[in-house]
Amino acid sequence: MIMPRRLLIEQGGAGHRGPALPACDVPQRPLAELLPGVVLRAELVFPQVSEPEVVRHFTELSTLNHHVDRGFYPLGSCTMKYNPKIDEELAGLAGFAKAHPLAGDDATQGCLRAMAEVQRLLAEITGFAAVTTQPAAGAHGEMTGLLMMRAYHRSRGEGERRRRVIVPDSAHGTNPASVSLVGYETVVIPSGPDATVDLDALAKALDDRTAAVMLTVPNTVGLFEPRVLEVTRMAHAAGAQCYMDGANLNALVGRVRPGDLGFDVMHINVHKTFSTPHGGGGPGAGPVAVAKHLEPFLPTPVAVLQQDGRVRLDWERPQSIGRVHSFNGNFSILLRALAYMLTLGPEGLAEVSRVAILNANYLMRRLAKSYDLPNPQACMHEFVLSGRGLKKYGVRTLDVAKRLLDFGVHAPTVYFPLIVEEALMIEPTETETFDRLDHFATAMERIAVEAAEDAELLHQAPHTTPVGRLDEARASREPRLRWSIP
Amino acid sequence: MSFVGLGRDEEQRMLKEIGVARFEDLLAAIPQEVLLEHPPRIPGPLSEIELRRLLGRWARENHAAELVSFQGGGIYDHWIPAAVDALASRSEFVTAYTPYQPEVAQGTLTAIFEFQSMMAELTGCDVANASMYDGATATVEAALLARRQTGRKRVVVAGMVHPHVLAVLRTYLDPDEVSHVGDTAGLAVPADVKAALGPDSACVIYQQPNFFGLVEDPPALHAIAHEAGALAIAVCDPIALALLEPPGRTGADIVVGEAQSLGSPMSFGGPLLGYFAAKQSLLRGLPGRLVAETVDRQGRRGFVLTLQTREQHIRREKATSNICTNQGLMALRATIHMGLLGRLGLREVAELCVQKSHHAARLAAGIPGYALAHEAPFFREFVLRCPVEARRVVEAGLEFGVSPGINLGRFRPEWKDLLLVAVTELRDAGEIDRWAQTLHRAGGAR
Repeated sequence: MIMPRRLLIEQGGAGHRGPALPACDVPQRPLAELLPGVVLRAELVFPQVSEPEVVRHFTELSTLNHHVDRGFYPLGSCTMKYNPKIDEELAGLAGFAKAHPLAGDDATQGCLRAMAEVQRLLAEITGFAAVTTQPAAGAHGEMTGLLMMRAYHRSRGEGERRRRVIVPDSAHGTNPASVSLVGYETVVIPSGPDATVDLDALAKALDDRTAAVMLTVPNTVGLFEPRVLEVTRMAHAAGAQCYMDGANLNALVGRVRPGDLGFDVMHINVHKTFSTPHGGGGPGAGPVAVAKHLEPFLPTPVAVLQQDGRVRLDWERPQSIGRVHSFNGNFSILLRALAYMLTLGPEGLAEVSRVAILNANYLMRRLAKSYDLPNPQACMHEFVLSGRGLKKYGVRTLDVAKRLLDFGVHAPTVYFPLIVEEALMIEPTETETFDRLDHFATAMERIAVEAAEDAELLHQAPHTTPVGRLDEARASREPRLRWSIP
Repeated sequence: MSFVGLGRDEEQRMLKEIGVARFEDLLAAIPQEVLLEHPPRIPGPLSEIELRRLLGRWARENHAAELVSFQGGGIYDHWIPAAVDALASRSEFVTAYTPYQPEVAQGTLTAIFEFQSMMAELTGCDVANASMYDGATATVEAALLARRQTGRKRVVVAGMVHPHVLAVLRTYLDPDEVSHVGDTAGLAVPADVKAALGPDSACVIYQQPNFFGLVEDPPALHAIAHEAGALAIAVCDPIALALLEPPGRTGADIVVGEAQSLGSPMSFGGPLLGYFAAKQSLLRGLPGRLVAETVDRQGRRGFVLTLQTREQHIRREKATSNICTNQGLMALRATIHMGLLGRLGLREVAELCVQKSHHAARLAAGIPGYALAHEAPFFREFVLRCPVEARRVVEAGLEFGVSPGINLGRFRPEWKDLLLVAVTELRDAGEIDRWAQTLHRAGGAR
C-alpha cells in the first residue's frame, strides 16, 4: 500500500524539527526591551516537519513533473531546449552567488564584466547598438521597450499624439497587455490569408497617431514575415517605431539579425533562445536591445566598459526611462546565457537555427499526413497544425494533447495562435534527435487513428499520469487557494 | 558545440521527407539581403574546461563575495539550508515549464499551492499569488491594482520605502502621480501622510521594516489610508513577518515584498522573488498566476492554474497585468526553506537577527565618533552615523575581511556619512567583533 500524498501542513507536528540553528552567541536582552512598543505576532500556523520528511515531500513532488531532462517538450513558442549542466554550475559559483548588488563597482568587477559581456554579445547577435539586461522576463522587456519608444516620441514633442500601437491578431497576449500597461491603445490588424501581415490593413491602420508597430518574427504560426522590410519601411515612413517580439529568435539566431530588418527595439527571452532553464515558470530574463537613437532612454544604471578595461555602472542618463527592477535584473540567469553563448561560438549559433528549422520542417511534413496544416509553406522553428479534421469523430485538440501525455511527451501549445482553429503549435528545438522526433510523430499518428476508432479513449486521456483530467470549473467556482489547517 | 545530435544520413532522410534538396531551400521567405554571410562575431566556442577557467576567474574578481557581509538594503545574507539547494536543483523542477498540462505538473503546482498558503499566513492576508519578478515590481502591481479598484490615480508613498522601489514606481507610473511623504526621525508620520491624502489618492504604500530597518506603526497608517478611501499597501520583509504582527491582520489591503531572504542567494541582485498577498475582496483583480485545489475524475486531489481569465493570454489588452511568468524556481526555494525551518525555525531566525543586530549597534555606539542615526526600534538593520564618510568605512573593511555595510551616500549626497548595517543569524560574535574593529580603524582610533 502506498502512503497517501499529503501537503506539508498535514505532516509532522509539535516536536518535529528541521535543521537546527546555532545558539545565540551574543549577549541577549528581552525582545520587549529591544523592540519597545512593537506588537509581535501572536501565532504563525506553519508546518513543523523533520528534514528527512521535507526532503521526501519535495522529492516525491518532483517525480510528478514532466521536464526537459526526461522527455520531449514541444511547447510552441516556448523553445524547450536542453539546459546545459555546466551553466548551472557556473552560475552557482560563490563569487557570483555571494555578490551583493550594493557592494560597489570595485568590489563586483567580475559581475559587471559578465553583465557587460552578455550585453555586448546580445547586441552583436541581434544587430543593435545597445542592450539592457534589467528586465526580468519577456513581458517585462516588452514594457521596457514600449517605455523607451514612448520616451523617444515625447522627446520629439509627439508624445501626446502618438498613442496607438499596431499589433497583428496573431500576436502573443503579452503584446496588447504591455501596450495597455504603458497607457497606449492597441490597434489589432487582421492577418492575411497566409497568416502574414496584410500590408493593406497595415497601411490603413498607420497614421500620425501610431507610436509603434509590434511584430513577432517569425510569426506565431512559424512563418518568416516575407515582407518584413516593407512593414518596417512603411512604419518608419509614418513616423512610428518598430518593435520586434523576440520570442521566436531561435529561428534566426546566427543567421538573421533583427536590427537588419529595420526594427528599432526588441526583447530577447534568454530562457528560450539562450537555453536558461524555465524553472517551472521562471525565473527567465528579458534583455532589451535597441537601435542607436533609443540608447539615451535605456533604464539606469547602464554597465559601461571603460578604456582601462574596468566596468562602471553609469547613472548619469538624463533621458533614461528610469529603473525597471529592484537591482540588476536576473543576473544569474544572464550568466547562464553567457556561458551558453560562449559554448556555442559563432558557428554553434548558426547551427542552432539550422537544426531547429530542419527539425520543425521534418515534423511538419510527417504530421501533415495525419492532421490539417493550414499554412503549407516551409516553416521556421515551429509550425501550427489544426485538429479541426478530428471534430467529425467528436475529438478536440484538447483530447489529442491529453492523450500525448500517455506517450511520455508533453503536449504542444494548444488553442494558440487564436487565428488557427483547434491549433496545435509545435516547436521541437534543435536539441531533439531524429529518433525523438520519430517517436513523437509516431505517437501523433497513432492518436489520429485512435480518434477515428476509439474516441472515448481520447476523451478519458490521460490514463498513465499521476492524476487524470482535473476539474478546472470547480477550481475557479469557489477557488481554494490555500491549505486548510488540519 | 550546440548540443545537437544529428548524423549526416539522418539529415539526408529529413531533407528527403521535407522534399527539398538543401537546407537553404527552407529559407526562401527570408530576403536575400538580410541573410548573414558569416555568423555574428562572438567569442568561442569554449569547452567546459575553458569556460570554467574564464568564468571562474571573473567570479574571483568579485572580492565582495569573500568578505563577511553586513550588507542589506533589500538583499540579505541569510542561511540557506543544504536541503534547499539539493531539492531545488533537481532537474524535475529546474527544466519543467509553466504547468500548462496539470496532469504532468503536479509537482510544480503543489509547491506553488504551498507557497501561496505560507505567504498568505505569513502576511496575515486571505490569498497570495504564485509570485512576481521582485519586490519593486510587486509594489508597482499593488499600486496598479489599487488604482483599478478605487478609480483614483494618486499613489502616496509614506516614509522610507526603498529608493529603488520608489524609482521603479516612478518608471511605471506618471511621476506626477506618485507623491512621496518623507520621514521624521526615520519613520513615516501618520499626520503628514494624512495631509498628503486627497480625493484622488488610490493608496498609501509604506515599508515594514522600512529602508532604514526601523519598525513602522502599521495600524495607524492603515487607518489613515482607509479614512481617505484609499487602499493600504504594506511592503514587508518575510523574515520580519515571522516576528511582527502581520499587516494583513491590522487592515492592510495588500501586502507585497521581496522574499529573496527566504532561501535564495544574493546573486548580485537577481533573480529575486516578489510576493503578492491581498484581501479576498481583491481576488479577481490580482495580477499573476494563481493555483487552486481541485479533484480529478476519480476524485483524487490535484492542483491547477485558475482564474486565468484575468491573465494576458486570455484577456489580452484588458488583462489585470502583462505578466506571463512567475519566479517559479525562487518560489520553490522559499517553499522548501519555510518547510524546513517551520514555525519555530523562522521565529528563531527572526529573533537571532534582532539580538545580533542590537548587539552590533550597542558595540558601535561605544566606538568614538559613531552614533545610531535613529532612536526608533529596528529589526536586523540600522543606520550608523560615521565620523568619516561611509565609503571610507567600507574601504577599511577590506583589511578585516568584512563588508561593513552599505554606504548610503550612493543614494543621496546628504547621506554620505550614513552606513546601513544588516546583521543576520549567519554572523557570529567573532565576525561582529571584526566589524567593530573596522569601525574603530576607519574612525581613526586604534
